This record gives sequence, C-alpha cells and structure tokens, in this order.
Amino acid sequence: MNNPTKLRLFCLTCMPLIEFTDKGLYCEKGGFFIDPWRPVDKAVITHAHADHSRWGMKKYLAHHLSIPVMKLRLGKINTTGMNYGECKRVNGVQLSLHPAGHILGSAQVKVEYKGEIWVISGDYKLIDDKISTPFEPVKCHTLVTESTFGLPVYKWKPQAEVFAEMNQWWRENKEKGLASVILGYSLGKAQRILCSIDSSIGNILLHGAIHNSNLALRECGLQFPKTELITKTTEKEKYRGSLIIAPPSAFGSAWMNKLKPYKVATASGWMTIRGARRRRNVDRGFILSDHADWDELNQAVKLSKAERVYVTHGYTGIFSNWLREQGYDAHPVTTEYEGELSEIGEGASREKESE
Amino acid sequence: MKEFGILISALDGTTKTTEKISAMSSFLQKSSSEDKLWFVALLSGKRPKRPIKTTLLRQWAAEMAKLPLWLLEESYHVVGDLAETVALILPNATKSSDKSLDARMQDLQSLKELKEEEVKNYITTAWSEMNKNERFVFNKLITGGFRVGVSHKLIVKALAEHLGEEENIVSHRLMGDWSPLNTTFEKLLVEADEKENLSRPYPFYLAYPLENEPESLGEVNEWQFEYKWDGIRGQLIHRNGEIYIWSRGEELITERFPELEGLKEILPYDCVIDGEIMAFKDGKPLTFNHLQTRISRKKISKKILTDSPVVLVAYDLLEEKGDDLRTTPMESRRIKLESVISQTKSPVLLISEKIEPRSWKEAAIIRESSREVLSEGLMLKRKTSNYKVGRRRGDWWKWKVDPMSIDAVMIYAMRGHGRRANLYSDYTFAVWKGEELVPFAKAYSGLTDKEMQAVDRFVKKNTLDRFGPVRSVKPELVFEIGFEGIAPSTRHKSGIALRFPRILRQRFDKKPDEANTLEDLNSILEAYIS
Repeated sequence: MNNPTKLRLFCLTCMPLIEFTDKGLYCEKGGFFIDPWRPVDKAVITHAHADHSRWGMKKYLAHHLSIPVMKLRLGKINTTGMNYGECKRVNGVQLSLHPAGHILGSAQVKVEYKGEIWVISGDYKLIDDKISTPFEPVKCHTLVTESTFGLPVYKWKPQAEVFAEMNQWWRENKEKGLASVILGYSLGKAQRILCSIDSSIGNILLHGAIHNSNLALRECGLQFPKTELITKTTEKEKYRGSLIIAPPSAFGSAWMNKLKPYKVATASGWMTIRGARRRRNVDRGFILSDHADWDELNQAVKLSKAERVYVTHGYTGIFSNWLREQGYDAHPVTTEYEGELSEIGEGASREKESE
Repeated sequence: MKEFGILISALDGTTKTTEKISAMSSFLQKSSSEDKLWFVALLSGKRPKRPIKTTLLRQWAAEMAKLPLWLLEESYHVVGDLAETVALILPNATKSSDKSLDARMQDLQSLKELKEEEVKNYITTAWSEMNKNERFVFNKLITGGFRVGVSHKLIVKALAEHLGEEENIVSHRLMGDWSPLNTTFEKLLVEADEKENLSRPYPFYLAYPLENEPESLGEVNEWQFEYKWDGIRGQLIHRNGEIYIWSRGEELITERFPELEGLKEILPYDCVIDGEIMAFKDGKPLTFNHLQTRISRKKISKKILTDSPVVLVAYDLLEEKGDDLRTTPMESRRIKLESVISQTKSPVLLISEKIEPRSWKEAAIIRESSREVLSEGLMLKRKTSNYKVGRRRGDWWKWKVDPMSIDAVMIYAMRGHGRRANLYSDYTFAVWKGEELVPFAKAYSGLTDKEMQAVDRFVKKNTLDRFGPVRSVKPELVFEIGFEGIAPSTRHKSGIALRFPRILRQRFDKKPDEANTLEDLNSILEAYIS
C-alpha cells in the first residue's frame, strides 16, 4: 500500500491535474472546467441534466448526443460535439469522453497529462438501460466518482422485475377505470419507462416537459412507442385507463387535478426507503434509478484501478470512509451537483422542470 | 407470515382508509384465529417484551452482510428505522419459508431460554429464508412498532366488520390488560361475557380543539364549562371492592399512585370515574414537572410522596353500581358524579369545578386568565352529550389558551424517522446568554413539508460539525417556539424545561442576534410559577 503515499508526495511538488474550485472542477493545464456551476469560458459537460449542464458558459464541449437537449434547455449556446473515444489535445492535455450509461449521451471525462490519468465519472450506472451506450470502465490513477446512492441499503432489483411490477400496476388501475400517473425525471427516466413499458396495455400520454425532451431525443435517432401530448383540449375520458408520464414537479399541481381519478407512482432510487415514499405521499414507489447502486459504485471504483478516489455528490463522507477502509486514498469533495434529489421534487433546481 | 407481510405492505402502501380496511378484512378472512389474535396485538401495541437486544441484531446483520458495524449505523441514521435498515442490507434470500405468524411469534418467545449462539443461529437462518419485505416484517416483530398509519379506531372498524359486531362493543372488548400469550381470539372478541374482566376500562372520549368562534356553538347555557387540566387523564375503576387505574394509553398504572388505592375503602359503591391525575399540594395544583417525576418511576419513594402528592380530579361518571351510564346525558351524569364525590369525602378525590359564565364574552375572559390557576384553558361539554368513544367533534371541545412563545436560534439538526427519514427535521434551539447560545428546547413539529425541505437544504449547506447523526449548523435561522408550560430543571443546561415545545413559525424578519435571551426565558418562568 505504498503507492498512494508516493503519489501524494509527487503531487505536493506540482499542481494537481484537476482542482476543485468554487466554480467547479478545473483543469488549469487544459484551460477548461468540467460541469462548472458558475459561468466560465470553456466547459466540458458530462451530460445534459440541469445540475451538470448549466447556463452561462462561453463554450460547451459534450458528447454530440447530449447537444440537442442542452440546446433545448439552455437556448442558443456555442457547442462542440464529440464521439466516445475521440481524443482532443490542448496544451499537451489529452481529453476524451467515454460511455457512462446514465442517460443518452452521458460521458465520463478522461483527462491525461504526461501519463497521469484522471477520470471524472459524472453520473453513471453499470446496467444497460437499452437507451444510453452502456458504461465502459476507464483505467486511471485518480477517479472522481458520484455517490448519490453510496450506502449499502441501496441495491437495485433487476430492471425486468421493476417493469413487470409497473405493467401489473397499470393493468390493475386500468381495470378499475383509473389513470396511472408515473412521475419521473423528464430526461432519462421518462424515456426509459417509455421504451420498456408494455405499450400494448393501453394509451400513453405525456406531460409537455417530457414531450419536448422526446422531440429533441428523436433528433438523436431514439425511437419511442406511440404517445400523445396532453393539451388543454385533451378530453377527460382519454385519461381513464391510460398511462401518463409526468415530471415530479407536476405532482399536486392544477395540471394533475384534471387527470382524476388516478393512481400516482414515483420511479426513483429513493423509493427504496419507506419514509421517502411516504413523504412524497404517492400511491406506489418503483425503485428505478439511472444512478449506480452500492454494488455498482464499488465495482466501478474497482474496475477503474484508481489509487486515489474523490467522492462527490451523495453520501460523500460515508462512501469515502468505506473506500479508505478498503485501502483507497479516498476523500469527500463538496460540489453543487444534486444527484437524483430533483427526481422526488426535493432538489433545488426542480423549478426548471416545470417549464 | 406471508399473508401478514402482504397485509403490512398493503397498509403501508396506501393512505386511503377504505383500502386499509379492505386489506385488513381480506387478512382476517384468510387467517387462522391464532394469526388474527397476533394481528390485533401487534397493531394495537400489545406486543410481548422484546426477546432480543437490538445491539445483537445490528452485530449479526453487519456480520451477515459483510459490512463494518459503523456503516450499518450510518445507514440506520439515513433510513430512520432499524428493522428496515437490516432488511435492506442483508444479502438476498437463498431459501423460503412457510412458517405462520403464530409459529414465528411462539419461536421468538422461546428464544429467551436459548443461548446467544443458538438465538443467533435462529435469527440468521430466518433472515436467509425471507425476501426484503418479509424480513422487514420479521424484524418489526422483534423491534416493535408497526407505523403503517393504522389507528386503533381503524382496527376496531375492521374487526367489527369481520365479526358482524358493533364498533363500540369491539372497542370495549379490546381494552384492558390482555396479552396474546394468555387469551385467544375467541375469548377476547367473540365470547361476550363482560363480567370476566373486572378491571376492563371503557374507551376514553376525547375532545377536539375548538377551531371556530365559540359563539358558533349556540347558547352559552347549553354548555358545561370546566378548566382543562394538564395532568394524566385516567380512569378509576372500583368493582367488587378493588381499585384499578388506567391511563389513556391503556396502561394499568394503579401501583404508581398509592395515594389513590385507599379509595377502595371509602367509595360508597362500585363505580367508574373518568378524571385527571394531578400533582396537588396545599389546595393548589403543582406544575406538570412534579408529575413527571412519578411517571417514569415504578417505585415511589417517601420523598416523592411528600414532594409531589397526587389527587384525582373527577370529570365524569361512566358506571354506577354496575350500570353503564355512557348513554345518559352529561347533565345527569354530573349530578350522579357530584353525589359520589360528596359521599366519599376524601382529600384525594376532588371534582373538576364547574364554571358558569353568563356569556361567551365572560367565558373568553375566564379562558384568558386560566394560566393563573395552572390550567391550559377551558373544556366545553354539551349538557345533553353522551360519553362517546375516541376523539369526536361536536359535543366536547377543548378551548386552550394561546401558547407562550419565544424567538430562538436553531443550532443543531438531526434526521427524522418514518416519513421524515433522510430529512433534517428534528432541531435544537438556543437563546442568548451573553455571547453564548444556550440550548433550551428540541422541537420536531410545526413546519410544513415544504418549509422543512428548505431547512433541510440549509442544514446540508451550513454544517459546522457532525456528532453521529447530529449536525451543528451555522446559527442563522430564527424560529418562534411556542410552549404550554415552563418549569425550572436541573437536567437542562439552560436550567429550564418546557412543556410541549413546538415551532410556531420561522422568523425570516429576524437576524440571530435579535433572538431572545435566557433572561427573557427566566422572566417568563418567574411570572408562570409565582
């Protein structure tokens, strides 16, 4: 276990390749930030979610499949698209993007300088959701990992089981003449449900925020089952027996009121804990996440072969303590990312969802 | 066990009363008498004593999950429920089991006689035979407290439906000192021999707080007025020469109040009295703190008996010479009560005096000054009212005085339990003593979910230090804290103890240095107890 110590000594003599600043993760050598939360000149974006892809950067660099949604959300921005595995060179720094499996276009950012490699994971999951390119481990010396679900209580069921439960729930509600409303983040979770639910059960209707995301994602070549946008003129009879997908912010709104009578469910990793579901006051919680669970986080750290691990957003302190016990040189880092909090309407940036 | 597991997740999965009732009905239909009895016992808080220490459960679970104990503890702080935490961290089941609820409960009772290693073997084997939900329910059988949003009233309703019996009767049969280990479902709920249990109390009738203007209640002379006392609501049962005292929580508390036991010699005839047990000395009530010293103790020392003697302040007469009086009007019950009290002539049996205001305006004036006699406000009872079961609107109202209040700074926060799991919802508040902030109260309630989420975000962003589950935060947020009573205390750093502290509102208009001081609190204390 001498390696981490040696590496730390080495780093005392020079600037680290990536620094944690109050604007975000910064690579001074390359002159760019990764997922910054204050306006900067050059931003490398891991994925299009609002807490990672923010407003006000002069230039955005991201996977080309992230760009249509970023433009939908941020308006006119200056973007450059990249492919997975493609390499860019700035001042001797090599920059490349690798699949993170979180949502369509999501990427881990690999930064290499004179043989030293850092990987910034962004948000990720290891299982194949059939929409995004599956996660690929990237070997590095230093890994910056998320820890949204970095506690051993979070362990996901096979997704086929979750969708079977969801289909069953929809069928039961339909028999009773009720609408089935599922709340899920309008970019990622909504599409995952759309692509895996049994669309032969009935009609699928969408909230405007999700419909808009879908339009942008169609540009990227994604295909969905037949859906219908809910508008002011949608007839009330249509809701009965259908599946309606809406963002979490719609819960309790006047918009939801029109859908009565309905049953409502939230699809999120947080639904693991009874208290979280009861607090949301939904009829049903489906445990479905686009983030890594406890086992996946540990596996990702292991596969990266990193010696040093920085732990961001989530249970940072607990997960880094655990990693230290496993022999890693691990440290918690404070950032302004929110993980999956906005999925149950508890994040700060949820107002963005209601647009 | 499987059926019971399904029942618990159905109850937990809905907030709708009709769905909860139908889940219970379907369980009752499918289950054996033994399982039904356990269902009633477990959901109405009559669980037998915990057979295993929770520290052992934690150790075994951590071991089985191959995790360090500290990580299980951290997970517990986030989940807010030990049974659930253990259910979640264990590896998936390798077998399954068809044991009935009754068999499991019998097993758990017999664990007390086994060696620790055998108990461990039983528990870990059981865990490996269950899915997450079954495991959660099993752990709850050990640690207790199913919080699945089922009130006693709801259980009574489901049982009444199942048995084709009136709710009143079912509710009465469930009262008293029974244990699932010494009765059967049939004996408890089907065989209608009321004489069997001489100690059996009646369900308490509870008042709602008055929400509208009192004038909306009609003529003032249709109502009986009394002070609302802050003691322990109790039911004194005198049957066949014996005395039993029950608390509202259906606990038999006779032994804690030896002063009252002597009444069995002097009460003129068999009767059941509803009243308030109060610490009382020299013709005056004492603060609730005096009573507190007696609640927690099983053994009552001589010193406590002299420092904090109790009396029963009688409100109502529910039974007289074996007759159930609950359906006779309040007015006539009152006359009978007055007669019992005057015949008894005991210094420990008082009557709750009637107040007779001539107008609502006069009633309001009396209410305003009720704190001067250490009362919390007024009770309003319709003179024609029956003695009902449980908390009901309409005939009985409590009209409390506004709470006392003080502005304080939040300095510590802790994550909550149940539906507040993983949310900083429990706060400690402080007032100024010179340059120092002195903690004086904890409060858990008073904020809406939305407000609580905002405070939660503040806590996460402004943490100064962590001590286990507690975070100390930047002293920045000011809250108005309301309370019902105040007393000196040697157990608290501030030197005072509050009764029912709660958050009235957040003072966005105040900076932390504008919060109140310990001096302010002390002057409230002086005014209150003098």
